[in-house]
Amino acid sequence: MREQRVLTQFLQLLLNGAMAGTILAVPAIGLTVIFAVLRFPNFAVASHATIGAFAGYVANVSLGLPVLPAIVVAFLVAGLVGLASDELILKPFRAAGFITTAIGSIALTIALENVVRFMFGNELRGYDLPLMRDWRFAGLRVGPQQVENLAIALAVTAAIFAFLAFTRAGKAMRAVADNPTLAGIKGVNGETIARTVSFVGMGLAGLGGMLLGLDTSIDPLTGFRAILSIFAAAVVGGLGSVPGAVVGALVVGIGEELSLLILSPNYRSAVGFLAILLVLTVRPRGILGQRAY
Amino acid sequence: MENYLIAMAVSAGLYALMALGLNVIWGMAGQVNLGLVGFFAVGAYVSALLTLKLGAPIAAGVLAGALIAAAVGAVVSLVTARLRGDYLAIVTLGFAETIRVVASNEIWLTNGTDGISGIPGPWRAALTPGEFNLFYLCLVAALVIVAFALIDRLAHSPFGRVLRAIRDDEQAAAVAGKHTLAFKVKAFAFGSAVLGLAGALYGHYTSYIAPDLFLPLLTLYIKLALLAGGVGNNRGAVLGAVVVVTFLESTRFVVPLIPGLTHVQGAALREFLISAALIVVLRLRPQGLLPEARMHPVLAKEQMAAQT
Repeated sequence: MREQRVLTQFLQLLLNGAMAGTILAVPAIGLTVIFAVLRFPNFAVASHATIGAFAGYVANVSLGLPVLPAIVVAFLVAGLVGLASDELILKPFRAAGFITTAIGSIALTIALENVVRFMFGNELRGYDLPLMRDWRFAGLRVGPQQVENLAIALAVTAAIFAFLAFTRAGKAMRAVADNPTLAGIKGVNGETIARTVSFVGMGLAGLGGMLLGLDTSIDPLTGFRAILSIFAAAVVGGLGSVPGAVVGALVVGIGEELSLLILSPNYRSAVGFLAILLVLTVRPRGILGQRAY
Repeated sequence: MENYLIAMAVSAGLYALMALGLNVIWGMAGQVNLGLVGFFAVGAYVSALLTLKLGAPIAAGVLAGALIAAAVGAVVSLVTARLRGDYLAIVTLGFAETIRVVASNEIWLTNGTDGISGIPGPWRAALTPGEFNLFYLCLVAALVIVAFALIDRLAHSPFGRVLRAIRDDEQAAAVAGKHTLAFKVKAFAFGSAVLGLAGALYGHYTSYIAPDLFLPLLTLYIKLALLAGGVGNNRGAVLGAVVVVTFLESTRFVVPLIPGLTHVQGAALREFLISAALIVVLRLRPQGLLPEARMHPVLAKEQMAAQT
């Protein structure tokens, strides 16, 4: 009987982890596509996740929209802010090297986070969601909202893969990521690609921020609290690799949940850091990435 | 008001120490460290716990804080030795966050998010608060001078030259027969020791530390100080720290003058102004107010200028 309970608990954590990982994949893809093209770790993913979460909150609670259209709002607002902030603030730094740009992105993320704090204050806010009873099967439980979030995350991930594989802009993006000089010779406009990637990447961060918030609540630190997990997902999978981000997100998501078996829940964010260290020590390029040194 | 100014001068001194420490790691050895607040926290916690829980003398606590921060720095540097700078940025930032998570959760040791209060200060009981402030200012100022002199000697020593060579071209330095890993680890450990020293001094000054004091924002302040002053330049590091503390504190006075702001809005506006200032400084003067002096034994200064 006891083994049965432990097994059920294990399966429940595995299930939770797989769902959390699928959602984590969305902002991790955002981070990794930005890295693939612009070649710097963009810490502003944190504030854009927060901005998306709050844009979705305004659409959902203030304007009364259902979750799906609110998610679109989250994507668009975070994407536009990402486009504008990259164009006005981060772009001029790129000539000075990746580390200046990375520091600039930390300053940017704190600045934007405080704009959100200025407008909305520090208190926790929850989305307006219909109350639904959890579904149960074989001793496991799962909320209908979680399933909806999962479906959204899967659909978005599939859309990104299709975008990269089949559209002209997606192929151009991969070309620039692969070899910017060659892509330039072939007539791909690097500037346009940089803008597209800022919009899409930060839009995904915002969408991811809202998905993370749907489960619990949001506040100006929502994005920042997730940043270690997001970076862990991207690094574990291999920075710059989109399939890697998905694999990495699943590894980190499941790892964070399974850590609950042995660690207190407060250490979840440390799991992401441990995952980064472990992967970088054993295989610095990540599971599916390129050279890291 | 006097006490306030002295307190500001003490925090300027602590920022200067941190900027000097960072200058060894980043300015001289060229290693990215976005987690310097983590080493600061290690120093603060080690010294506070040793003096409070084991009754160690304050000087021993501060020394242990610096040494353990150095050891942690050496480990971080060894573990990350093979990594490219962009990965190092992520790992060091994650390191500082992890330190904060540990400090928040190991309640038996660190009292969790409530923090540790009642950290002893040197002769705090024997002196009036005003005298204690003044004494501490002298202490911090003396340590800044010592650290400055040491690090400046270091910069001009063969050791410092090797560090700069590694920073500018690691492969060339390795080909010249320098064991670059050992140099990098030593520089990281030494810089971390100075960061830990600043942390320990901070705890004994304010008598209170808590995980919320060790946010990435503090890392940004120090980066801002170093950038404002000039990366790779020790005088610039001290000057930048003074500029940053003055700026931070002036926002404290200016922001309440704006009518109709709530407390949270005021705090948000301050943090916004500070991060915006960093962006502006980075944009306008990435080499800082006092750029690193070009030293060349043969070429005269003007020729150097013509070359660059």
